[in-house]
Amino acid sequence: MAYLQSMATRASTFSGKKGRLPYLLLAPGLFWLFTFFVLPIINLAGTSTQTPVVGGDTGQYVQTFRFANYVDAFNASREQFARSFIYATLATLLALAIAYPLAYAIAFRSGKYKNLLLVLVIAPFFTSFLLRTVAWKQILGESGFVVPALRALHIIGANATLTASALAVVTGMTYNFLPFMTLPLYASLERIDPRTLEASNDLYANAFTTFRKVTFPLSMPGVVAGTLLTFIPAAGDYVNAAILGNPNTTMLGNVIDSRFFRIVDYPTAAALSFMLMASILVLVTLYIRKSGTDELV
Amino acid sequence: MADASSSSHGDLILTRLTKTFGDFTAVDDLSLTIPQGSFFALLGPSGCGKTTTLRMIAGLEEPTVGSIFIGETDITTKKPYQRPVNTVFQNYALFPHLSIFENVAFGLRRRGVKDVKEQVEKVLALVELPHFADRKPTQLSGGQQQRIALARAIVNRPALLLLDEPLGALDLKLRRQMQIELKWIQTEVGLTFVHVTHDQEEAMTMADTIAVMNEGKIEQMGSPADLYESPATAFVANFLGQSNLIRGVVSSTDGDSNVITVHGQKISLLKSRNQSQTTSVVVGIRPEKIRIDLPDVPTTGNALAGGIVSDVSFVGVSTQYVVEMPWKQDLMVFEQNDGGTPTLRSGDPVSLSWNVPFTFGLDGSQDVNAGAETDEIE
Repeated sequence: MAYLQSMATRASTFSGKKGRLPYLLLAPGLFWLFTFFVLPIINLAGTSTQTPVVGGDTGQYVQTFRFANYVDAFNASREQFARSFIYATLATLLALAIAYPLAYAIAFRSGKYKNLLLVLVIAPFFTSFLLRTVAWKQILGESGFVVPALRALHIIGANATLTASALAVVTGMTYNFLPFMTLPLYASLERIDPRTLEASNDLYANAFTTFRKVTFPLSMPGVVAGTLLTFIPAAGDYVNAAILGNPNTTMLGNVIDSRFFRIVDYPTAAALSFMLMASILVLVTLYIRKSGTDELV
Repeated sequence: MADASSSSHGDLILTRLTKTFGDFTAVDDLSLTIPQGSFFALLGPSGCGKTTTLRMIAGLEEPTVGSIFIGETDITTKKPYQRPVNTVFQNYALFPHLSIFENVAFGLRRRGVKDVKEQVEKVLALVELPHFADRKPTQLSGGQQQRIALARAIVNRPALLLLDEPLGALDLKLRRQMQIELKWIQTEVGLTFVHVTHDQEEAMTMADTIAVMNEGKIEQMGSPADLYESPATAFVANFLGQSNLIRGVVSSTDGDSNVITVHGQKISLLKSRNQSQTTSVVVGIRPEKIRIDLPDVPTTGNALAGGIVSDVSFVGVSTQYVVEMPWKQDLMVFEQNDGGTPTLRSGDPVSLSWNVPFTFGLDGSQDVNAGAETDEIE
């Protein structure tokens, strides 16, 4: 009887330990998130409804719960809002168009070069994001090879330039976020059992129909992940617009940057940040609902 | 494509089919005719070229040399989707993103068939899964997925149905059950089935005709009973069931039999069952044909004396003995547990005997172990 009881206590302490273990493992991450995400967000939320101290210095604000800050901020930056989402959408679609064939080739046709090609895809990460964007500016600039070539082919006018334009911003973002699109696409294409493609071929579907009816639907988890990983950072990006754009191509990120660090208008910057976050969250939720990939993942 | 079910019916004719991958010859100059409506099995160990042959028939692999005809139609260079051939893949290869209904309807939709719903329902009833149309493949058990893979192929009523180790992933009991069902469905739908397997029991249970393949060539082709009772090579004798193969020399002829000397003892072999062209011969006898007795019991027919029982295993319906002969070769004997023979123990001296017509003779130049136990590896 005593033996049984001791067994029972041992069993219960064991299961008790087992029950706490997941929380212990989670603790460092939760602590980190709380300190560097939750607290700043609360702080930011507080800042967003502050107003300047009457008669105070620049950068002195007091909490007055003025929610009209949001309306004012939105009205002042409507254009940039629109541009952020349009540019991000264009960059996402361009990246998808470039990355899909690339990922497909790596997954199905690269043979022994598969690993080498994957390394090449992530190779740009070995240099800084800023440096790459500056390099992109040089490629598209007067001294690069692109402009003279396009001029010689009469695709652009003799005085036309590529830098400091919306085109430069969108292509810059496309280039910078391409690996984020390629890798998830590759991962989901690589997971497809080649025999399902053979089965489709066997069941009277030619190569194009097989792609449309089998390959693409099966790669949807990658498409969704890739577009999210590209769209979300692209919508909040300001580096590409700052380096490759002009005053008429500024995005919301640029406005937030200048409100925070140049004009020292913390409440407006905070309100814009919140609106950007909220709109991305809503768009992403709708997108995931619509694409219905939860079954596939 | 639309006429897949009507015009191209006929026998499948493979002519001098060869497939090489670099230096490796997977299929070597293979010619074969498979009659329309038959259940044909390509049997062989892994790497013997049977799957490559199947993939060439399906169009998933291009032959290096040779041609493939179905009836009068040359399909050698046709794309897989242009052939009136459907395949049941190993591990099924069902489309995970589509419902069972859409999986089965896939081929019908591609061919623009009108009454998709009716046909799908009919075939789902045939494979006894009528209420699974709305499920996804992952929600089905292995056996159920296997039936859906079969339904997805036969719904198209192809001239030829290819089955690539279709039962390999199922457990033994389910495999036995599916073997009987597959055979029944084949009779029901009347299609030509070409079945690739490494499981000799599966091939024998289902097929009308079996071709035993080894190293890219067909070793022997015939009905299961023919192959079993009269194997033409040591490989077939060992791969299809088990055989005792003993080297001997033709020493004289007595009427319609050859007298063979094996390690100093004489046995008879009907001339009609001796395939050796020379005096060097490999004598074969199936283990279940042999009677095992104590040395003093009188024997009839062929007899070999001087054996010692070295291992006894009781397997229910029979007792399996390993008997070491004076020339240090182990022979297998399966004795029915019908009370006819007293159980022998390890170390008992015995003599073996069997009826003369059961003896078969093979060409003496072969390796007597060819094909032995290769079916146990996978």
